[in-house]
Amino acid sequence: MLLLLQYTLIFASILLLVALGGCFSEHSGVINLGLEGIMVIGALGGALMMRALPATTPAIVIVLLTLLAAIVFGVAYSALLAVASINFKADQTIVGTALNLLGTAGATVLVKAINTAANPNDHSATIQYIEQKKAFIHYFGSFEFNWFMVISLVILALAWMVLYRTKFGLRLMACGEHPQAAASVGISVFKMRWSGVLISGMLGGLGGICYILAGVSQWQFEYGVAGFGFLSLAVMIFGQWKPTRIALAALLFGFFRALSNVYNGIDILAALNIPSTVYNMLPYIVSLIVLALTSKKSRAPKAEGIPYDKGMR
Amino acid sequence: MDSPYAIEMLHITKRFPGIIANDNITLQLKKGEIHALLGENGAGKSTLMSVLFGLYQAEEGIIKKDGVEVQIKDPNDANRLGIGMVHQHFKLVECFSVLDNIILGVEPTKNGFLQKKEAREKVMALSDKYGLSVNPDAIIEDITVGMQQRTEILKMLYRDNEILIFDEPTSVLTPQEIDELMQIMKNLAAEGKSILFISHKLAEIMAVADRCSVLRKGKYIGTVETRNTTMEQLSAMMVGRNVNFHVEKQPCHPGEVILDVKNMSVASKVHKKDAVKDVSFQVRAGEIVCIAGIDGNGQTELVYGLSGLEPLKSGSITLKGQDITKASIRKRSTSGMSHIPEDRHKHGLVLDYPLEYNMILQRYFEPEFTDKMGFLKRKPIREYAERLIAEYDVRSGQGPVTPARSMSGGNQQKAIIAREIDKNPDLLLAVQPTRGLDVGAIESVHKQLVAQRDAGKAVLLVSLELDEVMDVPDRILVMYEGEIVGELDPKKTTQEELGLYMAGAKRDEVKA
Repeated sequence: MLLLLQYTLIFASILLLVALGGCFSEHSGVINLGLEGIMVIGALGGALMMRALPATTPAIVIVLLTLLAAIVFGVAYSALLAVASINFKADQTIVGTALNLLGTAGATVLVKAINTAANPNDHSATIQYIEQKKAFIHYFGSFEFNWFMVISLVILALAWMVLYRTKFGLRLMACGEHPQAAASVGISVFKMRWSGVLISGMLGGLGGICYILAGVSQWQFEYGVAGFGFLSLAVMIFGQWKPTRIALAALLFGFFRALSNVYNGIDILAALNIPSTVYNMLPYIVSLIVLALTSKKSRAPKAEGIPYDKGMR
Repeated sequence: MDSPYAIEMLHITKRFPGIIANDNITLQLKKGEIHALLGENGAGKSTLMSVLFGLYQAEEGIIKKDGVEVQIKDPNDANRLGIGMVHQHFKLVECFSVLDNIILGVEPTKNGFLQKKEAREKVMALSDKYGLSVNPDAIIEDITVGMQQRTEILKMLYRDNEILIFDEPTSVLTPQEIDELMQIMKNLAAEGKSILFISHKLAEIMAVADRCSVLRKGKYIGTVETRNTTMEQLSAMMVGRNVNFHVEKQPCHPGEVILDVKNMSVASKVHKKDAVKDVSFQVRAGEIVCIAGIDGNGQTELVYGLSGLEPLKSGSITLKGQDITKASIRKRSTSGMSHIPEDRHKHGLVLDYPLEYNMILQRYFEPEFTDKMGFLKRKPIREYAERLIAEYDVRSGQGPVTPARSMSGGNQQKAIIAREIDKNPDLLLAVQPTRGLDVGAIESVHKQLVAQRDAGKAVLLVSLELDEVMDVPDRILVMYEGEIVGELDPKKTTQEELGLYMAGAKRDEVKA
């Protein structure tokens, strides 16, 4: 049971981080379908940093530098979405999809090139971080505590405060709802949307590194992040673009994802003798059902997906 | 600093490709006055205000505030100079509270956090001072249009604006709300605010403004004191000729029942309640019946039900004795129903088709336009379009091959009216047929509606414009929250009485 809790918390942390990222982007008026790709690139940044750091580096330094690398990569990658969709008014859905395709492919190519350069016989796209990973983990008895569980909670609190208690949040949400109204009171829609997208890049990058640190100690970049970016979007929609509800939704989805990892250890479930593939499918099936049932009532930011045009009323 | 003028716009010229929107226009707003800016659609009022508000830059001319020349490059500059504007389409974030909308852009903060308490106190003080009652915690989408407008006014006052621009503020209000607004504007002027009031409604200008400047086709016509002028004089200045406000028509002679609607209900797309509730009425040959009401009281859904765009939840529709309750849209059209739709871009035209194809949208399949093999007959189509264009004076750049999108709104509407009337319908459904048209075009649309009536057709007019409701029809049915709450005779009723019905303050048990 402890294992189920542990996995639920770590998966929920990933989903929460990335969904909050999506939440900022969408509140500014930009649909960020590229979260999947941003996660991959953020994970790449973090993994490369861990690979570069010697195992003897103090734990706190490893944690901070890895997070920083993931953030920098995620933000830089999300800037592509910002340039294309805000400056050039490209279709946000298509740009996001392109980012997803490019993310996994680009990361794979890059890691393969790095590996082959270091060792001509190594054609894998795998990065190992066995020692460095330990910096993120603490054991309380048999419970494997991951610093990301705290980080995501802190970010949840920050996100809530920024959105609902600051000038920035009020202005950001105004841009996602009615950019012409925001512009008429002198708010720069351009800057606000850029901020929203870059914040989503930051949180997406964090979610990405968290994802590859959950459980394993090496990552094959061909795998991308297995739809976690999209799952986060489902979490965001189910959470109605509100941080607290997103947290609850993340816990729910995290729980189902965790089940597939640990169902063997739970006697009742193991006795049911259901194939493991069914458990693996669970989070995705749940998201389909949940979205089908709730999307009718969902209230997305009104102006999301529409490029801002000064002349429009 | 002793200039009598709060704002002066001197010799402003603003050009757009192919058109001079403002041609050497001068507008001087005195301190503490209400100054009306009058002109038809396309006369250049909005362009001039956009120049003042910093949304456009004028090519020529200067702007002075208190006698000193100023540069206004964006809305922030305008704001700093104390210029505020209530836009015709409100600039309010619908899911925010009234208070959040008011402080947006000028939020009081402490250590980076919003300080809503002091903002609230200031808003409430302003609200008391000027009689602008609002609930600061209400969400915009839940409150009435009148309160939304008061929120917009408070937004300007909260910013300590001295020069207030009202862009067609009355078009969305009930007569009672209009009276309130007039009073508020007078209070504001009495407190020393200078007000620019943009409108094309003469009666309101006469009632509230001190002076009035008139624009026509981008040119400045003149400025008059309202107490020394008449509505007729103003309208002649605006249109360039004398306009007949009253629709000339003979007494009506209703014939047989053409449209018979019984217990019709239509579901709403927005909420759980029905948008149209158990409505029954008849329209006879040779009469114009008008459905009046404030926007959003079920008129749109009523029309969707009649035209077949939405299925009925219950009830029946009979057209010339034939039950068309479940008939397809084409069947209704070929059975003698014509429909001038509310949204001409969405339901009236295929904007990227040439005009000639738009002219035959409902008839392309008839043998006149399609041969036995299923190919379109290009020549008859072209000739037909040319005939309608000539007969109904539809103006466009390239005649039948003009893309509908590139035509002006007035000519798009003329094209639709030509198409619908030329079908020789028994029932003409005209939904806000004069929306967005200027005075001259409105006059011609009204004449055509009356001509259809006199030719023995049944006309069902749906209108939000009070003047139109009072002038054009032979009978008025008022809709409020999906129900018909009153039947009025336009010759015997007043705008005030009509307003009470429209606002839901008065209702009869109607057997229409």
